[in-house]
Amino acid sequence: MTLAPETTDLKVQLRLDDSWFTVCDLSTLLPGRGVAALLPDGRQVAVFRDRSGSLYAIDNRDPFTGAAVLSRGLTGTHRGRPFVASPLLKQRFDLAGGRCLDDESVRVTAYEIRTA
Amino acid sequence: MSTDTRTDTPTIVLVGHGMVGQRFLEALAERGLTATHRVVVLCEEPRPAYDRVQLTSYFSGRTPEDLSLTDLAFVEDHGIELHIGDPAETIDREARKVTARSGLVVGYDVLVLATGSYPFVPPVPNKDATGCFVYRTIEDLLAIEEYAKARATTGAVVGGGLLGLEAAGALKGLGLDAHIVEFAPRLMPVQVDEGGGAALLRTIEEMGLTVHTGVGTQEIVTDASGAVTGMKLSDGSELATDMVVFSAGVRPRDQLARDCGLTVGERGGITVDEQCRTVADPRVFAIGECALAADGRVYGLVAPGYEQAETAAATIAEDEAAFVGADLSTKLKLLGVDVASFGDAHGTAEDCLDVVYSDSRAGLYKKLVIGRDGTLLGGILVGDAEAYGTLRALTGSVPPIAPESLVLPAGAGAPAQLGPSALPDDAVICSCHNVTKGTIRGAVTEHRCATVPEVKKCTKAGTGCGSCVKVLTQLVNEELEASGVEVDKGLCGCFGQTREELYEIVLALRLTSYQELLDRYGREEARGGDGCETCKPAVASIIASLAPAIGADGYVLHGEQAALQDTNDHFLANLQKNGSYSVVPRIPGGEIAPEKLIVIGEIARDFGLYTKITGGQRIDMFGARVEQLPLIWARLVDAGFESGHAYGKSLRTVKSCVGQTWCRYGVQDSVRMAIDLELRYRGLRSPHKLKSAVSGCARECAEAQSKDFGVIATANGWNLYVGGNGGATPRHADLLAQDLSDAELVRLIDRFLMFYIRTADRLERTSVWLERIPGGLDHVRDVVVHDSLGICDELEALMAAHVSHYRDEWAETINDPEKLARFVSFVNAPDTPDPVVGFVPERDQMKPDLPLLSIGMRPAGSTETAETLEDVLEGSAQR
Repeated sequence: MTLAPETTDLKVQLRLDDSWFTVCDLSTLLPGRGVAALLPDGRQVAVFRDRSGSLYAIDNRDPFTGAAVLSRGLTGTHRGRPFVASPLLKQRFDLAGGRCLDDESVRVTAYEIRTA
Repeated sequence: MSTDTRTDTPTIVLVGHGMVGQRFLEALAERGLTATHRVVVLCEEPRPAYDRVQLTSYFSGRTPEDLSLTDLAFVEDHGIELHIGDPAETIDREARKVTARSGLVVGYDVLVLATGSYPFVPPVPNKDATGCFVYRTIEDLLAIEEYAKARATTGAVVGGGLLGLEAAGALKGLGLDAHIVEFAPRLMPVQVDEGGGAALLRTIEEMGLTVHTGVGTQEIVTDASGAVTGMKLSDGSELATDMVVFSAGVRPRDQLARDCGLTVGERGGITVDEQCRTVADPRVFAIGECALAADGRVYGLVAPGYEQAETAAATIAEDEAAFVGADLSTKLKLLGVDVASFGDAHGTAEDCLDVVYSDSRAGLYKKLVIGRDGTLLGGILVGDAEAYGTLRALTGSVPPIAPESLVLPAGAGAPAQLGPSALPDDAVICSCHNVTKGTIRGAVTEHRCATVPEVKKCTKAGTGCGSCVKVLTQLVNEELEASGVEVDKGLCGCFGQTREELYEIVLALRLTSYQELLDRYGREEARGGDGCETCKPAVASIIASLAPAIGADGYVLHGEQAALQDTNDHFLANLQKNGSYSVVPRIPGGEIAPEKLIVIGEIARDFGLYTKITGGQRIDMFGARVEQLPLIWARLVDAGFESGHAYGKSLRTVKSCVGQTWCRYGVQDSVRMAIDLELRYRGLRSPHKLKSAVSGCARECAEAQSKDFGVIATANGWNLYVGGNGGATPRHADLLAQDLSDAELVRLIDRFLMFYIRTADRLERTSVWLERIPGGLDHVRDVVVHDSLGICDELEALMAAHVSHYRDEWAETINDPEKLARFVSFVNAPDTPDPVVGFVPERDQMKPDLPLLSIGMRPAGSTETAETLEDVLEGSAQR
């Protein structure tokens, strides 16, 4: 039986241009919470896992305040879609597409994410 | 004997240096008369003019110096010769000379009498016994205070008027059992009518004062030494008391005028004309309470006195001026109760009609006097004088709306609440974006907005600092209800229940899992989802409050609970605007030994933190990066500190004054009690933050009446106040119970807090909760003091469980490597700090260096680096 070691060894990866960048072990992601990851070019990404196990990644920087804090927001479900609320001024961002739910003119970058 | 003959410079002599006298001097200076005249002032009291209106505030800690109205530089700059403690004794009008007690003789060209009034003492036997006082000067107050502290436990005030109530309040504040004896059938008979008196009576009695109306004082009873032991009253009863304060009105002080042959009125007062010149002698003026004005009245209020002072000064300067009478409208705050009367308050005009709203339960009484043609003639307001300004302005005209709507509480007759609905349409609700109530209502009625977010979008209201969102929500709901839309009272889009209902579900079913609660009790469409940022922390708080009782882990970051907490609770620190955190160790009661102060200083220095003393008597260290928090706390815990829970919706701090131990006024050990309370309730999660304070005497230096629960020491124990608040909507706390022993106090606070946690809304401070729950303070008192619901045993048991299960969250965190793992800026680079968090120097410390933003939105409090928006919002009571 090799199932258990395989699942614990799963890595979370982000798509950067043509390559996949490994962020962390899947097991370090707590459902409902995010973590921040540093990309080679200095950008920061907020990575989330919801209760069903799906993964999401968006830019970590809160466009309303400039602080890199979106990974520390609370997540939730709005009309069936996952979101995170900024811990500073509480604007919500769609986790799948990066769109701000409270201000149509604002969006953050969303990243493709997988486990491998 | 020194003699002072007239010089070439014309001389103005002022007799009396009270409030009106001082104003007269200022008026002389403004008109340049001090430059052209010699000005001599004879003042009887041992100190220059002070604010007699605020006299009673001496007992709440204002010193005689604070009360002073006289700037000695003013006196010197204008060459005024001020003789303190040297009253005028005789006036020789023939020779135009005044002789003072010291023998000083001053010649005058113009003489101004501002001798004020003296307290009327009814001619009862033994009225001058030891222990009898009047209430007029600072010296009277000093004597009362000394006697009360040395020899009295009970005090009686003769007279239930304005000053009498103030005097009684002062006696109570000195720890005495205070009585008020009023001959008229009601309190404040001059200002209010029977109904107003009844509302006032109830409120005054609730404060613990005993009122005897409709009885006169017949005799002061004394012991063999001649000291007061009681009073005989006209109804045959006897009142045991250790001291008596006469406050039965004042009489004009006109003896000096009588002695020199000036005309005085039948009932006293120096008769003057419209220029405030005595009718008998054009060189002599009389102003203030000693003068009988041209309209036949003696004015006992300071504003008409000031007007007379101006008139006299103008007349002396040969300008046109006249004092023909003054408006007697008054608005006062007596012992914390608003009392106002204006216009024809007693309805003396022919054929006039009353509109009366009376709620003696709430201590409210409002009466308007309306003429036949609908003209507003006057009125009386007791308990709530908010409308005084408007009503006084409307007096003499026909108000634009029905008179009853001017006195009825908003929404009376409908279940609507007091508050926002009472506001006029032009009232500004959102001051960040200057949005009026009318605009918000229009968004619902005309633009068909059906939810608060829609209204926010449409009007921008509530999108600035957010402090108006609660009021905004109430307004929108009211408007929607009025238009027939059913309003959803649910907590959020995930739960149709209120917070209180969720609390009951969690407690009854011992649910310790948010997901289980959501999947079983959430709205259909929310089940199986991830909830939202509103209900997650709310449910986390409920589970944490009840943790021992329902078998949940009391550590807020245990298991699933970790995913529910707001970022502050999640990192056990306060997020600041640039993504750094602040750290606040607990300093119970604000008491800290030098060694521990040094530790805080060393830690702040070693980690380069910005330090600031907080309003809650502790020290906040700002600018810590996530990965620094465990290192900082390892040192703090090692030095004996524990979490201050500044990040939680939980007890913050119990502020204290030094109390009996050091302070000469203290009557109980307020520091010890503050520490005991802080340690008892530390870590208790509640619907919103909890603040508290303990004052060691009635001077209230710890400001306990602005706290969620505040304690003030009395000679007999402790008084407990609840529901106070500072912030955007300040509220004075209400007295819940008095003269409690230590054990009684703790038991009542246990019950009060647990009842609040059980029934309050999410993010609803005690002040708002107390106003919202049906029955208000009376209901809360019934439940927690009289146990009317029979739940007090349970409330106490819940609190006992909390107290016995308390653990320090930070000690627990730093001892657990798994929990420490979350304290990194980057999951893939644990040793790299967040480069966005930068600082620049300011005033010997540092402040956040904020990146430039492409979006021009900043929190409303952006100049205050000390608070995150969350804290800005918390500061407002309405959330």
